[in-house]
Amino acid sequence: MGARVRALGAVAAALVLLLSACSDGGGDRDSGGRITLRFQSLAWQQESVEANKELVEEWNATHPDVRVEYVQGSWTSIHDQLLTSFEGGEAPDIIHDASDDLADFAYGGYLADLGKLLPGRLKADIPRASWETATFGGKVYGVPFLQEPRVLIANATWLRESGVRIPTPQKPWSWAEFRSVTKELSSGKDKFGVAWPLKEPVSATLNLSLSAGGQLFHRDADGKVDIRFDEGDEVVPRTVHDQVNVDGSASGSTLGMGGSDTLPGFFGGKYAMVPLGFSYRQQIVQQAPKGFDWQVLPAPAGRDGLAQGVSPQTLSVAEDSPHKKEAAAFIDFFLRPANMVRLARGDWMLPTGTTALKDPALRTRRHDWATGTALAKYLRPAPAQSVRGYPEWMDKIATPALQEYYSGAIGMDELRDRLVKDGNLVLKRYQR
Amino acid sequence: MTSRTRRTSRTSTSRTSTSRTSTSRTSAVRPRRSRTSGPARAGQYLALLAYLVFLAFPFLWLISTSFKPARELGSLHPTWVPEDPTLANYRQAFDEQPLLEAAGNSLIAALSAAVVAVVIATPMAYVMARHRTLLARAATGWVVVSQAFPFVLVIIPLFLVLKNLHLINSLPGLIMVYVVWALPFALWMLVGYVRAVPAELEEAAAVDGASRLRTLVSVTAPLLAPGIVATALFAFITAWNEFFFALVLLKTPEKQTLPVVLTHFIGAEGTADLGPLAAAAFLATLPSLVVFAVIQKRITGGMLAGAVKS
Repeated sequence: MGARVRALGAVAAALVLLLSACSDGGGDRDSGGRITLRFQSLAWQQESVEANKELVEEWNATHPDVRVEYVQGSWTSIHDQLLTSFEGGEAPDIIHDASDDLADFAYGGYLADLGKLLPGRLKADIPRASWETATFGGKVYGVPFLQEPRVLIANATWLRESGVRIPTPQKPWSWAEFRSVTKELSSGKDKFGVAWPLKEPVSATLNLSLSAGGQLFHRDADGKVDIRFDEGDEVVPRTVHDQVNVDGSASGSTLGMGGSDTLPGFFGGKYAMVPLGFSYRQQIVQQAPKGFDWQVLPAPAGRDGLAQGVSPQTLSVAEDSPHKKEAAAFIDFFLRPANMVRLARGDWMLPTGTTALKDPALRTRRHDWATGTALAKYLRPAPAQSVRGYPEWMDKIATPALQEYYSGAIGMDELRDRLVKDGNLVLKRYQR
Repeated sequence: MTSRTRRTSRTSTSRTSTSRTSTSRTSAVRPRRSRTSGPARAGQYLALLAYLVFLAFPFLWLISTSFKPARELGSLHPTWVPEDPTLANYRQAFDEQPLLEAAGNSLIAALSAAVVAVVIATPMAYVMARHRTLLARAATGWVVVSQAFPFVLVIIPLFLVLKNLHLINSLPGLIMVYVVWALPFALWMLVGYVRAVPAELEEAAAVDGASRLRTLVSVTAPLLAPGIVATALFAFITAWNEFFFALVLLKTPEKQTLPVVLTHFIGAEGTADLGPLAAAAFLATLPSLVVFAVIQKRITGGMLAGAVKS
């Protein structure tokens, strides 16, 4: 019995030792007065992670007094993770996120206003339209640095053989022309002109609707937002609906899919085109069968040309950080034009910086970088990202309504009714 | 014969008669069982097979995906067996992420949580099962209610508590959370197992002169062992797979656990580096599989012990 008690005591002691051995020290300034900043990056693709880590190393090599610690974050549950860290006062100093996630944090007072901390060079380098994506109530809560337009990725051989006109950023298809082209490209029941991956239909619909003059969210003089579904808002939903349900030129089965899910059908010759984010080119390069000829085409244009909404990736500084100035200096270094090019290439996205966009590496025809960079000037802030109550409107009203409309279960009148009438009831609760 | 021996003898007689009754009941039931043989039995096995296939499908697909090169992952007609098998996904997974380090952290967290949860829950369960007091009933109510709280509701208060204890970004803090999280269900499981051990056995040991501690160690504990193993395994698997607490509570890369590291292969809007993700996910499931394979019989025994009320 005594031996058993001793053994239990030993196990308990070992556990205590194990627990204490795993404990953390902490602190952001060491005994030599050196500052340590934590930078949580959401880079996830191999090339992008490498670019991020290299830049951090280069900073650390040239700034011995301010050390940046690279922390690998994840897009999964990023909002909840950051919110908890902010509430607990343990947020990273420098935060990588997306502009459509910043509104709640900005209004909650968790992010520092970078307006006076950033140098003129960086402010001037990024266009106003991009700054607007991270500006709330006149204050700048993030530096937008990477963005991607939605483009049409096309089976080049199929298009060439069909004889349809190939659109360019200078002479894109109109929405009506796009619909007739997809009809022409379709043949039989297993060959579709386009496959719309609309698992998350709201952002795709709203962002593309900017081209047709659709705005949906209208802000009045006192800052309150009202939803209206005008003529311009109808163009994109109606095109998709008619392609699926009237012409049979778009596959109905892809409406519930994510972008990656449509690629096997695209490679297998089922779909001539797939509307995807510009960065999907990386997956296509990796996964396309040998000899598969593909190309990037601009999304169709409408009354407002090639305009479309984007939510750029951003870098922010936590309000609780005791070293905001140093954090802003790191962001300035990190986003120098040459560095922005490296980050853009790593993520297969477009930089927001005008100097970086001129870099020959992003103007090449290889992998159709040039088509993407030509679209950069048309990118606008995603219409709803600063609207309070947007996430609830999206989840409860817009997503089911658009899914039902695209599948043919409801008509345009019902869609309008739900988006506007039910939607405004939701927004009102947030704007009292 | 002393009175103590007489009581023991009465207990054994009653046990013998119970056993006889159950034998005669079993023999009465036997012909009914044989009637289910034939097509009905074949149907049962077919249904079981279908269920097994249903359960195994995602896992087998995961293994297959982990050995496929990127081009095969984009194929319209995917095959079960990779046409051009490769270890590149495994190499990439190990190159890009600290999988071994993360697995080590997961192992420490899951093992510690399982051990501590069982050490705390076993005596509590014993008391709750043997002494049906108001407190025991209240504790059972607490167990049921505690299962209703979602993660997001408790995470911020929990974060603040751990911060005050200087346990943010530390495995001990995470282990504490896992123990607290696993405790109610572990307790609930163990109460069932303890109730399945006849109190008469403990009484018989007491009659034979065994002390309370001796009775617990030599009579109750061996009979409870399968239940304890099953409960520990539940706590282990829960902690091994847990993602959200680990994501929020651990800050530095060298402390992150396997489920958190796995999400580094997933990008925005559901895009993923599928090959390396499958390879890493397959490796992450191995410890659970090995543990299950090794102690499968004990778990089954433990589950049955909990299922049957005396």
